[in-house]
Amino acid sequence: MSEVRTIKVEALTRVEGEGGLFIRLDGDHIEDVKLSIYEPPRFFEAFLRGRRLEEVPDITARICGICPVAYQMSAVHALEMAQGVTISPEIRRLRRLLYCGEWIESHALHMHLLHAPDFAGVDSGIELAEHFPDEVNRGLRLKKHGNELLEVLGGRAIHPINVAVGGFYRAPKKDALVALLPDFEWGLEAAIETARWVATLTFPDFTRAYDMVALQHPDEYAMNEGRIASTSCKVVDVTDYETHFEEFHVEHSTALHSGRADGHASYHVGPLARVNLNLGRLSPKARQLADEVGIDWPCWNPFQAIIARGLELVHAYEEAIEIIRDYQPFAPSRINYEHHQGAGCAATEAPRGLIYHRYEVDDEGLVTFAKIVPPTSQNQQQIEDDLRDWLPRVLNGDDAQTAQDCERLVRCYDPCISCSTHFLKLTIDRGESS
Amino acid sequence: MTTKQPTPTTATKPKLAVFKFASCDGCQLSLLDAEDELLAVAGIVDIAYFLEATSRIKDGPYDITLVEGSITTPHDEQRIQEVRRKSKYLITIGACATAGGIQALRNWADIEDFTQAVYASPQYISTLATSTAIADHVAVDFELRGCPINQFQLIEVLKSLLAGRKPRTKTHSVCMDCKQRGNVCITVATGEPCLGPITQSGCGAICPTYNRGCYGCFGPATQTHAQSLTDHLVREGAAPAQLVQLLRNFNSAAAPFLEQSNRIQDAMNQEGDNRV
Repeated sequence: MSEVRTIKVEALTRVEGEGGLFIRLDGDHIEDVKLSIYEPPRFFEAFLRGRRLEEVPDITARICGICPVAYQMSAVHALEMAQGVTISPEIRRLRRLLYCGEWIESHALHMHLLHAPDFAGVDSGIELAEHFPDEVNRGLRLKKHGNELLEVLGGRAIHPINVAVGGFYRAPKKDALVALLPDFEWGLEAAIETARWVATLTFPDFTRAYDMVALQHPDEYAMNEGRIASTSCKVVDVTDYETHFEEFHVEHSTALHSGRADGHASYHVGPLARVNLNLGRLSPKARQLADEVGIDWPCWNPFQAIIARGLELVHAYEEAIEIIRDYQPFAPSRINYEHHQGAGCAATEAPRGLIYHRYEVDDEGLVTFAKIVPPTSQNQQQIEDDLRDWLPRVLNGDDAQTAQDCERLVRCYDPCISCSTHFLKLTIDRGESS
Repeated sequence: MTTKQPTPTTATKPKLAVFKFASCDGCQLSLLDAEDELLAVAGIVDIAYFLEATSRIKDGPYDITLVEGSITTPHDEQRIQEVRRKSKYLITIGACATAGGIQALRNWADIEDFTQAVYASPQYISTLATSTAIADHVAVDFELRGCPINQFQLIEVLKSLLAGRKPRTKTHSVCMDCKQRGNVCITVATGEPCLGPITQSGCGAICPTYNRGCYGCFGPATQTHAQSLTDHLVREGAAPAQLVQLLRNFNSAAAPFLEQSNRIQDAMNQEGDNRV
């Protein structure tokens, strides 16, 4: 007779959206680890059918309030492929600028308010501010900069309204963008300090052999386009995504899981994957900082994703400044197209990792099929695999401490549960068995 | 809506709770997005339940409760009753909570078809056939509209409540804000349908400012003549099916939008016209 133990986290905190964790142990044997996502299903892929393709960026933005730009960018690129639209270099650069705004806002939020409290042993960013007032206030300013850029370029920070299939409804005014520069120049230096600060945190000595997956582009740090690179497998085209990666439905989650198509093995998407695969494409200051933070890249410690976020924060500032300085108003802001039956797919890099969309449309420009694979559903299985390795190290404490240690690992992935529902409850089962 | 006030005592800070139902998280994020006010707000209220922001969870009752999201599952039907029982002053935030949100599009569809379209094993999914506003289930003390809400309106409502004043938001139409910004009228200039005349103020008339028609994300304004607008747009050449979709997005279940989209759809069905 051995002791069966159940450990539960009913509601994960400091993540976006709602989920829990369930762990069942028989003695030292881990019987079950479930990242359970009970966020109610919202059926986006179903109600997109029959909608005008021009509405898709507005509708898919509503999948996630933290990363709406990721949904808009993936949608417009996929639909442009379906309609044979080639965007101009000016539109392409402004889309990168928009993504810089979202990376800054989302990374600054996660680093300061959601993740850093774990390293200080406090419950929230607000409590963290009592211990690190300068760092937290600086982080809030960075976050605000990201939102301000989204407002100028997108019309508003949450659910921007200026993204269109073919480009933008209106090109931004030069004055409005240039007015951001003094804050962004301050922000670049502040972001460098932030990245240095997070690199001084104490990290558990925990590394795993990951299959890390991210977009890769020959000339730039990939955001909106590229091929799909991996630390274990060959580089593939985005159009072959569904040949190499597959979604499957498990009972404990309203978010579909993802795995490698061949055998459903887990893989890891997000900032750590991006930096590992694209280190040489980071902006000059971010690249230099990567050498200074004391990591021998590639990095295989999930807890150090916060450092990767710091580097990307610096990159996003540096690139945003460059784009704003070079910006000249242009026309047309939107490339015209005629509706015709077609299909298209696209992958872009959301703050949390690779996101894939595929659509089919008819002759009248109505959506007949939609498939959306968010980053968190791709990371779900990876998180469960990580927890199986992590658990033996954190089982000695009481259940509450074990649960807390497991949540810390989950948070490294910056899971976005609202997104993945098509995502999380910690329940640890140490029940009694005969 | 009632006018009752939270009753903060000077001895303790009022307890604030934030609950989420079916939603995108964007409206509660608006509170974290108030970067200039966040630490100040945290200084005068006790953030007692806000899963996205803090691991510290306190039991109710709560003085001020913000509810984001709509009711879409049998479990959430029960949970909102519990939230109401624990809350002195309950504010719904955003289009999901006030009108069912984009997920209310299921109200016109067969939910089994929807489930099968998204999930390989529909038997694992527990969901209601409808997405409904919080006020359809419990008494609501104040509503903040928008998809997403306006963070300045949220901070203003919280400040009003903490000062013991009745919160207010402007209820005029986007059309008036647009005039004040000096925009050229989109519908008049280009013929593109715009819901500005019947949509509540709060966004700052951003869509017309960015050269596109309003798509109604703040829901219906008070005292609108929705049918006058839709009749006018049809006379000006708007495709009825396109108007139905414009009215059926983030506030599709809000009464005037619902009535108009159903009216136009019924007329189309009678005429056998379904072109978008």
